Amino acid sequence: MAPARRWSLVVLLFVASAACKDKGGQAPAESTGAAAPAAAVIGASLSLTGPAAVYGAAQRAGIQAAVEDLAGSGTKLQVLIEDDASTKQEGITVFQKLINRDKVSAIIGPSLSNTASAADPLAQQAQVPVLAISNTAATGITDIGNFIWRDSLTEAQVIPGAFKKAQEKLKFKTAGVLYGNDDVFTKAGYDVMQKALADLKVQVLGTQTFAKPDRDYQAQLTQLIAPKPDVLVVSALADNASSIVAQARQLGWKGAILGGNGFNSPAFIKNAGPAADGVMVGTSWNSLSQDAANQKFLASMKKAGISPDQFSAQAYTGVMILAEAIRQSGGKTGREDIEAGLGKVKDFETPLGKFSFTPSRDAQHEPSVQQVKDGKFQIVP
Amino acid sequence: MGQQILNGVFVGSIYALFAVGYTLVFGVLDILNLAHQAVFMLSAFAALLLVSDAHLSLWAALPLAVVFGGLVGIALERLAFRPLRGRADSNISGLISSLAMATVFEAIALQIFGPDTSRFPQDTFPDRMIRIAGASASLLQLCIVGISVVLMALLTFLLARTRLGRQIRAVAESPRAARVLGIDIDRTIAMAFFLSSALGGAAGVLFGLAFNSISPDVGRSVELKGLAVIILGGMGSVPGAVIAGFALGIVEVFTVAHLGSSFRDAVSFAVLFLVLVARPRGLLGPAAAREA
Repeated sequence: MAPARRWSLVVLLFVASAACKDKGGQAPAESTGAAAPAAAVIGASLSLTGPAAVYGAAQRAGIQAAVEDLAGSGTKLQVLIEDDASTKQEGITVFQKLINRDKVSAIIGPSLSNTASAADPLAQQAQVPVLAISNTAATGITDIGNFIWRDSLTEAQVIPGAFKKAQEKLKFKTAGVLYGNDDVFTKAGYDVMQKALADLKVQVLGTQTFAKPDRDYQAQLTQLIAPKPDVLVVSALADNASSIVAQARQLGWKGAILGGNGFNSPAFIKNAGPAADGVMVGTSWNSLSQDAANQKFLASMKKAGISPDQFSAQAYTGVMILAEAIRQSGGKTGREDIEAGLGKVKDFETPLGKFSFTPSRDAQHEPSVQQVKDGKFQIVP
Repeated sequence: MGQQILNGVFVGSIYALFAVGYTLVFGVLDILNLAHQAVFMLSAFAALLLVSDAHLSLWAALPLAVVFGGLVGIALERLAFRPLRGRADSNISGLISSLAMATVFEAIALQIFGPDTSRFPQDTFPDRMIRIAGASASLLQLCIVGISVVLMALLTFLLARTRLGRQIRAVAESPRAARVLGIDIDRTIAMAFFLSSALGGAAGVLFGLAFNSISPDVGRSVELKGLAVIILGGMGSVPGAVIAGFALGIVEVFTVAHLGSSFRDAVSFAVLFLVLVARPRGLLGPAAAREA
C-alpha cells in the first residue's frame, strides 16, 4: 500500500510539473527608461510568471513608475526587467545574464526568498549589489553576504509593531493562538508572535496547531474560544487562513483576529468573504501616509492606471534607494560605488516612510497595521 | 465539551457516509476500491461547477452531483474491475487498477481545476447559526449531519428490504450461488458500484460545503480515514461503518483539541490497532468462517 501511494504521488507530481512547465519560457528583457549615455543600468529579476506572478506584476509597475519619476526629476536610470518564473533555476539564469552579459551595476529582486537563496550567492561572488524588494524570510537572505541588501521588512520586524498598534486600538489582555506547525514560514511567524505577545504582557490562554493539508479546524478553534480570550492570533498561509477565519466565525467568534504576513493577500479576503471583516494584519506600507514621498508614489501609480499595493510600493522604493545610493557616491554608477552608496542611505524619505538600513543591511522603517472592513484592507490610523 | 462532541458528530457523519460506500463494494467484491476517494473529489467538483457556473441552487446541484458520482462509479467498475474479474489475482489487480483510476481522475481534475483550492460561492447556503445546549452549529452543519443520516438509513433499508438489496447480499455471500439462483451478477455489481459511488459522491459534496475548500487532492485526507473506519467497523459491514465513522470523528476531535493536531491521525490509527488486537474482525464484522 505505502509504495503504491508513493508512486501515485510521483505520477501526480510529474503531471503537475508538466502542466506548469510550458509557462516558464524565457521572455525577452524589457527595458524601461531613456537609454541616455550616462544612465546607470540596473537589472531586475521579477516573478512575472509562475505562482508568484501576482507579486511580479505589481513590482514591475512600481519599478516603471519610479524610473519615470526619476527621469522627471533629471536622474537617468535604466532598469532591465527579466522574468525568473518564480523558480530557483530560472532565477540563477537571470542573475547570470544580468551579471555577465548585461554587466548591470546592481540587481533588484528576486521576488521570492526561495529564489533569492539560490541566485543571490552568484551576485555576492561577482560583487554586484543586490537590493531585495520583497524577501521576508528572517534568515538566509542578507546573511548571504555584504552585497545583499533589502528594503522589505521581515516578519519578525512587522509583527511586533503591528501587534503593538493593534493592542493600542483593541486593548486586549488575553489571546488564543493557532499556528501551522508543519511549515517553516508559519512556524517562524508563530515564534515571533509568541515573543511579541509576551513583550506586550498579553496572557496566552491556549495554543493550538494545525497542518497544511488540514481542512477542519473546528476542534482547535472550539478549544481556543472556550476560555473567552480577547483576541485570536493566527499564523497561517492565505489558503488555510481563510478557512480558519470562516470556521471561527461559524463557531460564533465575533472578536478580532490578528494574522501574520500570510493573511496579506487579496485571495484571503476573497475566500473568507464576510468572515474576514475585523481581521488585523501588519503591513510594511501605509497607504494612507500623507508623507510627500508616498503621495508622489500614489500619484504616479494613479497616472499609470494601476492600483498600488505593498509590493509595488516596495519596488518603487527599491529604485529610489538605488538612485539615492548613486547620489551618495557622487553620481558614480560602478558596482562598488553603489555598494558604498547603499551604506550611506539614512533617514531617506520613501513611500514606506523614513528609510534606513540596519547594520545587517536589512530594512528599517515603521510598520503599519491594516484591518479588513467591508471586504477591503484598510489602514488602522 | 458539548461543542466538541458536536464537532465530532459533524466530521464523523462525513466519514461514515464516505465509508459506507467503501465498505459496500468491499462486502460485495472483497476488493478495496481505492478510487473511492477520487469519486468523492470529482463529485465535489461537479457540484461546484453546477452551483457556480450553471447557477443551480444547491438543492438541485446536490442530487445531480450524487448521480454523477454514481455514474462515475459504474464507469469505474467497467474500466477497472470488470475486465479483471475471474482472474485468480483479481483482488490485488483490482486494487491496483483502482489506484490507477484514482491517479487518472486526480490528473483530470488537476488539468481542469488547477492545483489551487476552489470554493463554493459565498451565498451557496444561508449563513445561520443555531444554538443547542450551549454549543453552536450552523444550519449547514445540521443539514450535513441530517443528509448523511438519511442517506445511510436509505441504504440500510435498500439492502434489507428491496429486491436489489437482496441480490447484492446474495452476491456478497456467494457469487456462484447467486448465479445459480438466476441473479445477473454483472448488473448487481454495477448497481453496488453505483450506490457506493453515489454515497461517496454525496460525502464529497458535503465535505466541500462543510469546509468550503475543494482541491484535486481533497480525497486523500479522507481516504485513509475511510479505510480505518471500514476496518474498525468490520470489513463489509454497513452498520459497523456508520458506528465507526462517528466514533472516529469524535476521537479525532478530542485528540486534536487535547493532544494537538500532530496526533490527529496517530490516535485514530492507534485506536484502530487496539480494536484489531482485541477483536480482529472489527466491531460488527462477519465471523471469520466466511474466509473459506
